[in-house]
Amino acid sequence: MIILFGMPLVQVLLFGFAISNDIKNANIAILDHSKDYASREITQKLLSSGYFVLSAELSSEKEIGACFRKGKVKEVIIFGSDFALNLEKEKKGNIQIIADASDPNTANLLVNYTTSILNDYQRDLLKDKHLPLQIEPEVKLLYNPSLKSVFMFVPGIITILLMLISAMMTSISIAREKELGTMEVLLVSPLRPIQIVVGKVVPYVILAFADAITILLLSYFVFGMPVQGSMALLLAESMLFIVMALSLGILISTISNSQQMAMMLSMFALMLPTILLSGFIFPVENMPVVLQWLSNIMPPKWFIVIIKAIMLKGVGFGYIWKETLIILFMCILFISLSVKKFKIRLE
Amino acid sequence: MRIILIILRKEFIQVFRNKAMLPIIFVIPIVQLLILAYAVTFEIKNINLDIVDQDNSPVSRELISKFSGSTFFTIHNYYIDYNEATTDFKRGKAHQVLVIPPHFERDLYKENKAKLQLVTNAIDGSAAALMNAYGISIILDYNKDLLLEKFGNEFLTNPINVSYSYWFNPELNYITYMVPGILVLLVTMIGIFLSGMNVVREKEIGTIEQINVSPIKKYQFIIGKLLPFWFIALFELAFGLLFARIVFNIPILGSVGLIFGVASVYLLAVMGIGLFLATVSNTQQQSMFLSWFFMVIFILMSGLFTPVENMPVWAQHLNTINPIAYFIRIMRMIMLKGSVFQDILKPFAAITVYAAIMLSLAVWRYKKVS
Repeated sequence: MIILFGMPLVQVLLFGFAISNDIKNANIAILDHSKDYASREITQKLLSSGYFVLSAELSSEKEIGACFRKGKVKEVIIFGSDFALNLEKEKKGNIQIIADASDPNTANLLVNYTTSILNDYQRDLLKDKHLPLQIEPEVKLLYNPSLKSVFMFVPGIITILLMLISAMMTSISIAREKELGTMEVLLVSPLRPIQIVVGKVVPYVILAFADAITILLLSYFVFGMPVQGSMALLLAESMLFIVMALSLGILISTISNSQQMAMMLSMFALMLPTILLSGFIFPVENMPVVLQWLSNIMPPKWFIVIIKAIMLKGVGFGYIWKETLIILFMCILFISLSVKKFKIRLE
Repeated sequence: MRIILIILRKEFIQVFRNKAMLPIIFVIPIVQLLILAYAVTFEIKNINLDIVDQDNSPVSRELISKFSGSTFFTIHNYYIDYNEATTDFKRGKAHQVLVIPPHFERDLYKENKAKLQLVTNAIDGSAAALMNAYGISIILDYNKDLLLEKFGNEFLTNPINVSYSYWFNPELNYITYMVPGILVLLVTMIGIFLSGMNVVREKEIGTIEQINVSPIKKYQFIIGKLLPFWFIALFELAFGLLFARIVFNIPILGSVGLIFGVASVYLLAVMGIGLFLATVSNTQQQSMFLSWFFMVIFILMSGLFTPVENMPVWAQHLNTINPIAYFIRIMRMIMLKGSVFQDILKPFAAITVYAAIMLSLAVWRYKKVS
């Protein structure tokens, strides 16, 4: 019981605070061949940006390899010799950026940050000159202006937890009854199969629902994540998703005979796709077409779209009826499949 | 020694009698490597861009053609009214809208200054930052072209000549980065789940009582429980490395022997965790739930998906007790950068200490009386 309520809390807090793609304080090393005012000025500018921390000053190119291999440094910036002189006289100062691309994403971001700081510096140099024909792009960020990662993750975590509690726990608890033989007892009792299933499922419905509300409250009060759209709609959609997940859980339990098998099935059929193919962390659009296609049959994907739409974009039912219909359809499919399977076992 | 061998034989027979075992050993690594490697990417391609061109001048059209010519952008729709484009946002059809206001060209030529707007759906913050960077660089490039065309290189604004190089992975291939981490995941799953479940199963079925009353000693029992999965996991690692080498063409710059050396110690640590969790829990359900809980936290904190350096300091401290974080770091260093033993000394020492602590905890918690 503590696990069931403590876990979601801990997870939301951990992920909300810890998972982030925003780079701050990346360790860099500088190899300055000229050590003049311009190279120092640029170094200062880089270090005061908040993105970089100077962890080593190198004196020759040979040290770069060792530096990277130790894993202490993500980027090395090399100023060519006579940097300031070249910059003034020939309008051409040389800077080389070497990034540790064994983590390509970080390398890409770091190089982007560095160049934009260098560009700023160059613009400052030319400030007094009046330039013609300037296009000024103005950037507007909708729904999440401060680019918080939490906004991306909270919908995903809600989905994962609902999926976990509803589908995994039901499937395992039914498989457990089967394994221990108590299922037989229930089946020969005058209870009808539908009563048995409903009885098994209702506690988990309540539990999952309570968890969903806890997470929503937490993300509102701790992370300031708003619910722009209608709360009632959000809860109704969650309910639908919970029922869908439960029927999936029942389906899994009718297929598997042991807890271990039920667990394996829910692990690989539910958890991995929920985390990976649902757009929780990684945007689905960037995946190969086969995986995109595959992600369409993953129920969590549609639910995440719905939650994001309601919570962050504040849209009404008119924009998400398609996704709702898909989940409803999956729900009916799973229920009818498991009813069919369940009857077979009765005979 | 003989007793251990006998327990080992019993375990191996039990493991392989389970029909689901063989597919788990061979199919799951392949599926995981294939799906994870391709699914996990932050690269941005195909940004769906809506255009709201209220100027409709040669300049605005030329700028739009720069966007449609870029490999990053796909123009999704043209609108006159910005509100129509926001509907696309709400439906999730478009990622970005480029708004060119009326008199854009006139402002540019008359006043030497013209504004335009790039609106981005920022729910996914990191993707939004990249999309912005791409969009702005296209606009600035176009600006530069315009200047060159009208004035030659009189007004060019970049006296600093910047060159880049990306070491260890010049093509910025994300798969190369992910695969070592996925391999870690693979052996960890086997270590934590299977070994733990195995013990709890005996508890649940009641056969553990039989072992408890036998003259088998605690350490013999635990060695007998761990070794089979230790072998399976190492085999799995070899299989995964081979698969990664052949299918994904992942370089293994460092020594393979070193990888296995670290892996064998690491496995002891995670198995210790699995076993410890198993001794604490009474049912398979509980044990599974506990291991799942720790697994997910460890994985997400480990730097597999998002770099550890980006986390807040307290979270980085929390990673001191995260074995997965150490091993992922070591694997990436050895495989991608060719680090040698001296480079990985610190994380390796941490894993060793970890293994010692976890195993003794597990042995201590496991009681022969129920």
